Amino acid sequence: MEVFATALPALGDAWGLILQPIVLGYLVLGVVMGLAVGVFPGLGGIAGLSLLLPFMFGMDPILGLALMIGMVAVVPTSDTFASVLMGIPGSSASQATVLDGFPMAKKGEAARALSAAFSSSLFGGLVGATFLTMFILIARPIVLAFGLPEMLMITILGLSMVAILAGRIPLKGVAAAGLGLMVGTIGEADAGGSLRMATYDIPYLTDGLKLVIVGLGIFAVPEIVSLLRQDRSIAKGASLGAGWLDGVKDWFANIWLSVRCSIIGVVVGVIPGLGGSVVDWIAYGHSVQSTKDKSNFGKGEVRGVIGPESSNNAKEGGGLVPTLLFGIPGSGSMAIFIGAVALLGSGDIEVGPSMLKDNLDITYSIVWLLALANVVGTILCIAASGGIAKLTTIRFTYLAPFLFMLISFAAFQSGQNFEDLLALFVIGLIGIFLRRFDWSRPAFLIGFVLSNPVEKFTNQAFQIASFRFRKSFGEGMEYVFSPIVIVLILVTVVSVILGIRQAKMIMAEGNVQAGTKRAPLIFLLVIMAYLIVALVNANMIPDYNMTDKIIPLVIGSVSLFCCVILLIQMMRRPEGDAIFADKEIAGEDATAPHGLWSTLAWFASLIAATWVVGFILALLGFLIAFFRIRAGASWQMTLILTACGIGFMCLMAGALNRDFPPGLLQDLVSLPWPLK
Amino acid sequence: MAISNFTRRTVVGLIAAAGLAAPAAAEVDFSGKTIEWVIPFSETGGSAKWANFFAPLLSEALPGQPTVVVKFMPGAGSTKGANWFQEQSHDDGTLLFGTSGSTQFPYLLSDPRVRYEYNDWIPVMASGTGGVAYLNAEDGAKFDGSANALKDTNFIYGSQGATRLDLVPLLAWQMLGMNVEPVFGIKGRGDGRLMFERGEANIDYQTSSGYLGGSVPLVEAGQAVPMMTWGALDADGNIVRDPTFPDIPTFKEVCEATDGCETSGEAWDAWKAFFVAGFPVQKLAFLPGDTPQEVVDAYTAAFQTVTERGDFADISSKRVGKYPVFVGDGSKAALQTATNVDDDAKQYVLNWLKEAYGVELN
Repeated sequence: MEVFATALPALGDAWGLILQPIVLGYLVLGVVMGLAVGVFPGLGGIAGLSLLLPFMFGMDPILGLALMIGMVAVVPTSDTFASVLMGIPGSSASQATVLDGFPMAKKGEAARALSAAFSSSLFGGLVGATFLTMFILIARPIVLAFGLPEMLMITILGLSMVAILAGRIPLKGVAAAGLGLMVGTIGEADAGGSLRMATYDIPYLTDGLKLVIVGLGIFAVPEIVSLLRQDRSIAKGASLGAGWLDGVKDWFANIWLSVRCSIIGVVVGVIPGLGGSVVDWIAYGHSVQSTKDKSNFGKGEVRGVIGPESSNNAKEGGGLVPTLLFGIPGSGSMAIFIGAVALLGSGDIEVGPSMLKDNLDITYSIVWLLALANVVGTILCIAASGGIAKLTTIRFTYLAPFLFMLISFAAFQSGQNFEDLLALFVIGLIGIFLRRFDWSRPAFLIGFVLSNPVEKFTNQAFQIASFRFRKSFGEGMEYVFSPIVIVLILVTVVSVILGIRQAKMIMAEGNVQAGTKRAPLIFLLVIMAYLIVALVNANMIPDYNMTDKIIPLVIGSVSLFCCVILLIQMMRRPEGDAIFADKEIAGEDATAPHGLWSTLAWFASLIAATWVVGFILALLGFLIAFFRIRAGASWQMTLILTACGIGFMCLMAGALNRDFPPGLLQDLVSLPWPLK
Repeated sequence: MAISNFTRRTVVGLIAAAGLAAPAAAEVDFSGKTIEWVIPFSETGGSAKWANFFAPLLSEALPGQPTVVVKFMPGAGSTKGANWFQEQSHDDGTLLFGTSGSTQFPYLLSDPRVRYEYNDWIPVMASGTGGVAYLNAEDGAKFDGSANALKDTNFIYGSQGATRLDLVPLLAWQMLGMNVEPVFGIKGRGDGRLMFERGEANIDYQTSSGYLGGSVPLVEAGQAVPMMTWGALDADGNIVRDPTFPDIPTFKEVCEATDGCETSGEAWDAWKAFFVAGFPVQKLAFLPGDTPQEVVDAYTAAFQTVTERGDFADISSKRVGKYPVFVGDGSKAALQTATNVDDDAKQYVLNWLKEAYGVELN
């Protein structure tokens, strides 16, 4: 009761602060800027906030907060455009949305998918804020109850979603997830600093691969290449079916799913150290399990959009708890946010444990500014969705070069190395083959995303547990099997059992025809070869660095074991069995007018030309050549589109103060921006 | 400092006037230009906070009030950005580079990734911080100014890695004869504090600003007991009490009070060398090596103006801690102390890293 006695006046003060015209004005300004920069996949929040930082110095705290929160809040909303319309996962928060959102766009239901997603986001954001208003007062002990064993179990629960998304041949799904986990271990180990599948001679690899690049490579590149080969529009027949009002109705019909997923989002978001990487997969898994007719998942089931989208905005609210109460950022943009708050006003607001005691009104303002920003952002997005959805009716050949431009730029921003582009191409190639042979791409991505948490939490929990066990057996057991851990184990077991039973009905890649043995077999052998090399490589790490080698060894062995069984099955089963699924045998890819390699060569040429003359000059040549030769456009059209592309790129990069990949030319002569 | 600056600028002026320097000293003016302050870390770390604090102040103080933007170039534990800066040469004075202890330590330990040389660069500003180690309530009760009663306790500590700044606390605890087991692989000191708060770790250290923001409330609530600071350097290079925490003893004092811990000898020299490189001179701002003197002077004067602002003590203590900011010749001296570790100290630390943690840096 005493708690509420302080909370209610603070809540009143907070609304008093928020509901001033100038504060709302700054909020809307922030939202609009956030939507504008949110176009770039994987860049939005951090780039936008860094841009605002210089202005935060000494600014009136509430105005600064409104501006920054407006910008951060809409990123998980606006990147839904890219994931639904283009199949490009903008951030880890919108990966699961791609699974059903993009197929809906392909069916001509882009507007419906978008408005369902936005309604869910809006609702999730509000549920999150309401929940937080109460929860934030009692959150501290609850957050502290989540130790390393608990976090490990949540990570494993996330990993168990592989069971649902494994596809028709569960073994292939497990192997794909294993491969994702192994790719995630590339680079310098967190614990002992040993190198896995990397060398100091190639510094790029020592940092490991970035999520943006793997997400773009696994989901976006294969879809772009496939659509480009078919030379059609994203929406089949270039017609739009259901409109934006249907999406809102869909959301309302599934409001309880939306409530449950919002709660999942806010609760998982509260736990520091996990961030958003697992939330949307857990929400997606829950959506699948709670749906009676599962046959539409992966082919454009609206519940598959509503679930993850409800959770990802609620998660942002949950993520405020570790950020504000402990001063520990839940994400990159939250980290800048903390830094920026210290610059505000006279610097009195210190994010951290004193936040609740000294600045409860500011805390509540932040929570509700976030919710309000969600509302404003969502309304703008829904208003725009009908128009933007028309993009899916354009002949894809006119969109593709811009998408190659965008994903290359986004990939480069993740590390500012030329190697980023190469990595995007190589991962894209892996994505193309995973898709072709019906190996679960979501499983691969889940594996990759959770690779680092699995390894980190396993090692750390093991070390602390053995420390406790040395004290006494009872203390060790108490640490490892806390009530939360036991509940999570039960949830995981149930979800795996249900998942395996349901997995066969969910075909993320559609019903892929099976063909001859040769091509799928070769792909399997290539994967096995990589796993063997990675295992030998991990085994070479000296034993005193056991923490750096144990996870790659165990995961690699399990994956290899799955592959060996697959190999035996492939040898024994006849041609035409589902295990030999191959998209080049029948279906859209097989009948496409353009070949895989000639299409991919266009992308490769952009990267190669960048290496020589730098990105902007390469892009100039690429766009002109592509529109003239591949699209067969008139010179006038070609020049207009090229100018638009280059202009847009320079405008955005200039505003965000970003560089372009330089080439050999730039090493020789110094050129002015944007050519440098 | 102001005097020495004045003197040097007078001397430079005289030389120019005497026609010894070939071009006439052009007036440096950055009007309409954009200065890029490159940080070899991500947007999220302490160095970002540091550069973002100074950037707007520097912008006001430089001639022509250029825009100062902070750019981030993270990778390979900051060696990527430093290797990149090594390749840069003076263009129009619009490139500034910031390093931190995490850039200094690999350099001092001859990490194979290091392809940069601090002595090639021109320092224009340097600033430091302090650090505080603390214990949980139960073990803190046993602490009496010496570590004698702590030698039988098993400690666990959340660490970012033995070759990082964590080298300083880990070596200090080892010298005190304490049995501290590091749990490696955490991402920042905030995560370490959280591990401490959850009771998984029972010893922790934070840099000054982290301690003030996150750990003081724990101390006030009786959940943590401060043990020692690393101290601060006086003008003669002696370790004295940290001005931010005058009531907490330094490691030097605790070491003197603890049986078997020596404040002389190779272990002490090694610890002190790495402490100096990591804390009192933690962050430095550099211009490329071939920058003309008048540009260097413009930056020096600008940073001087910043530190002489009436409100500087006030705003800086809240944002980057109240530690001295060295400018001009002061920053040169600071660079010397931060990057000169004698071979014995280096060898001692390399051997210790190998024996205690199996880390080999080559």
